[in-house]
Amino acid sequence: MRLRDIPVTAWIGMTGIALALICAVFAPLIAPYGETDVVGAVWQEADAQFFFGLDNLGRDILSRLIYGARTTLFVALAATAISFSLGILLSFIAAVTGGLIDTVFSRFNDLMMSIPTLIFALVVLAVLPQHLIVLILVMAILDSTRVYRLGRAVALDVAVMEFVEAAKLRGEGTAWIIFREILPNTLSPLLAEFGLRFAFSILFLSTLSFLGLGIQPPTADWGGMVKENKDGIIFGISAALVPGSAIAALAVCVNLVVDWLLKRTSSLKGGRGDA
Amino acid sequence: MPETSNQLLSVRNLKIEATSYPPGEPPKRITIVDGVSFDLQRGKVLGLIGESGAGKSTIGLSALAYGRGGAEITGGEVSLNGTNILALGKGGIRTIRGARVCYVAQSAAAAFNPAHRLGDQVIEASVKHGLMTREDARKRALYLFRVLGLPNPDTFGDRFPHQVSGGQLQRAMTAMALCSNPELIVFDEPTTALDVTTQIDVLAAIKHAIEETGTAALYITHDLAVVAQISDDIMVLRHGRTVEYGSVKQIIEAPTEDYTRALVNVRQEIRHEAADQSKPLLKIDNVSAQYSNGFKVLHGVSLHLCKGQTLAIVGESGSGKSTLARVVTGLLPPSDGRITFGGKPLTPALKNRPREDLRRIQLIYQMADTAMNPRQTVRDIIGRPLTFYYGLRGAAKTARVRELLEQIEMGNGFIDRYPAELSGGQKQRVAIARALAARPELILCDEPTSALDPLVAEGILKLLMKLQEEQQLSYVFITHDIAIVRAIADSVAVMHRGRLVRFGPKSLALSPPFDDYTDLLLKSVPEMEIGWLERVLRTRRMESAGN
Repeated sequence: MRLRDIPVTAWIGMTGIALALICAVFAPLIAPYGETDVVGAVWQEADAQFFFGLDNLGRDILSRLIYGARTTLFVALAATAISFSLGILLSFIAAVTGGLIDTVFSRFNDLMMSIPTLIFALVVLAVLPQHLIVLILVMAILDSTRVYRLGRAVALDVAVMEFVEAAKLRGEGTAWIIFREILPNTLSPLLAEFGLRFAFSILFLSTLSFLGLGIQPPTADWGGMVKENKDGIIFGISAALVPGSAIAALAVCVNLVVDWLLKRTSSLKGGRGDA
Repeated sequence: MPETSNQLLSVRNLKIEATSYPPGEPPKRITIVDGVSFDLQRGKVLGLIGESGAGKSTIGLSALAYGRGGAEITGGEVSLNGTNILALGKGGIRTIRGARVCYVAQSAAAAFNPAHRLGDQVIEASVKHGLMTREDARKRALYLFRVLGLPNPDTFGDRFPHQVSGGQLQRAMTAMALCSNPELIVFDEPTTALDVTTQIDVLAAIKHAIEETGTAALYITHDLAVVAQISDDIMVLRHGRTVEYGSVKQIIEAPTEDYTRALVNVRQEIRHEAADQSKPLLKIDNVSAQYSNGFKVLHGVSLHLCKGQTLAIVGESGSGKSTLARVVTGLLPPSDGRITFGGKPLTPALKNRPREDLRRIQLIYQMADTAMNPRQTVRDIIGRPLTFYYGLRGAAKTARVRELLEQIEMGNGFIDRYPAELSGGQKQRVAIARALAARPELILCDEPTSALDPLVAEGILKLLMKLQEEQQLSYVFITHDIAIVRAIADSVAVMHRGRLVRFGPKSLALSPPFDDYTDLLLKSVPEMEIGWLERVLRTRRMESAGN
């Protein structure tokens, strides 16, 4: 794998993600003002001093954006990663073993999906203690039902292939079959889903924040910032658009990288690699 | 040869190019067909023959001025009745396709729309082109169904594609092509996907229909014996170029090129039957098997195989020959009977079988493509059994993989390739190496050569025989090709509808007196002989209604 083989779009995506990561890690060093400091008038216009202007309480939007990268990135990435690990593992076990295990897992999954996600999250989060880990786990488990559905469908397609049968005939265990035979051949759709789910989990986080069950104010997160400043849009104040654009940009960047990975993995199949 | 007045199709210096996208490399232009010329007179049949990639289908489609999968006709002339159809615009070509030139595809099952009745599909093109009214088209379809020997021709058109057999579907497709009364039909491997016993009926029906309607045809196939029955002239193609072009008689009886000679002489006997067949390594005793829904696929099959020998199992699709292999591997435990291997009974179900038993029996699949993980390199594919059964790692494993690559006559350069970067024959060789890596005693070969071109298949067979000599391997060789059986088997088992109809040493099993089914099977195998089809049809009851 040579560096110059990586397309420009992937570089753009990786730069964007790196930028967000740097902001998240070094937030106190980069941010010009504190996360919760009120530094001027409500919804003050952008100028040389405040690059993006001030928000609904007079806090610096740029600073909050930088601090917000921490919570947003961490929660969304952690939730998506956990939901994928969980969903893929369970769905692949169901697809490979079949029979009773498949039925139990799948019907339980149906049960979970039959309850509207938001209501489920509201109930669970209202009962459980307010903690970041709890929030991440609830988001991850609710999201993993969707991953399970996709994972089982793609794994079933691969599990009937003859090379899987050949592995079974060799006497390989379930772990080898799942991780070495099936997983590499299902990466393309799963990666595509990962990019999509990541963007969804940012949105879901902001929804929860808005309802008072996500990130608690005054801690900044991008979704929450949109909600805080949304009233300004009526008065022609663009404060809400800044964190919104950040979410969009991050989602695009993640998907650019995912697309490139997708192209790389699909080209091994002997296809044109542009599918 | 050609009489100009009667000239229908004339192809001059045809050149077809396409852009290919090799993995990990920039796209490049490749030439598929280069400088091919031929003539076809009215009512005559030209056979185009060659291995895959020879460009035969591409040439066939050029008669419809069509390039499939990004192929572009970049040079030469294709004249139909003196008009260069390559120069025609879209509208002009449309009046030709489906009306004056028709196409019969290899897989009729994929070419018919499963949601419409056969009759409507057969007449569609003729009605759409305004060549005849719906009523006339129906009458013609009825006539063609009769000519093609389809059962119940009056009601045949009311059926849906899934309600008729593969052979009938292929004939229906021929009727569709003939319906508009075309001047030329392009047959693209119409019988390749069929069983031999069905193939002969379809072949006879096509030949009869062509003669009856006086249509000219391009007949594309990789089987020289088939084309010899139906063509007037034959063109042998390789790598997009003409190897030899002449009358059937000249090509079959006096080929001038080495490549043609190799095709004509393909599959001579490689192995002489072993004399002693009394000490069985694998013994299958009265084995029956059924699917979980209760459908019985094997009925009391008993046979045996001796060490270092080859047992060929023949039969058409659905005869249970692959199922028998699955029973031996344990994928489908037998419902009745027992299997002994090396003197000890074999555990019926795969999951209870000791690893040592798994190692001793290996399986080679028909489609090497799907039998190998596309995400693993050749090193991983061959190396995994070495690690799994023998605990080999690092340099020792690599050395053994190289040794195995040597045995399958492939070089070191292939060790880090992915399956997608190998040709069909190379893939099958890697699959053989994977089986060899376990140092098995028995290899079950499930039609390992039927997806390959004749000469490539011959190479694989020779390799298998060489390995048998060197390592005293035993093979159960499942096939539908009697020629292969004659070439490599020691003993033969003939299966039909889940029952064993014949079993014994090759010399006995393949000589008379025959039971009805074996007789039918043996007589259906095309022979490299002009007039074979007529001879067989005369001696045999036409049972086309049953197929």
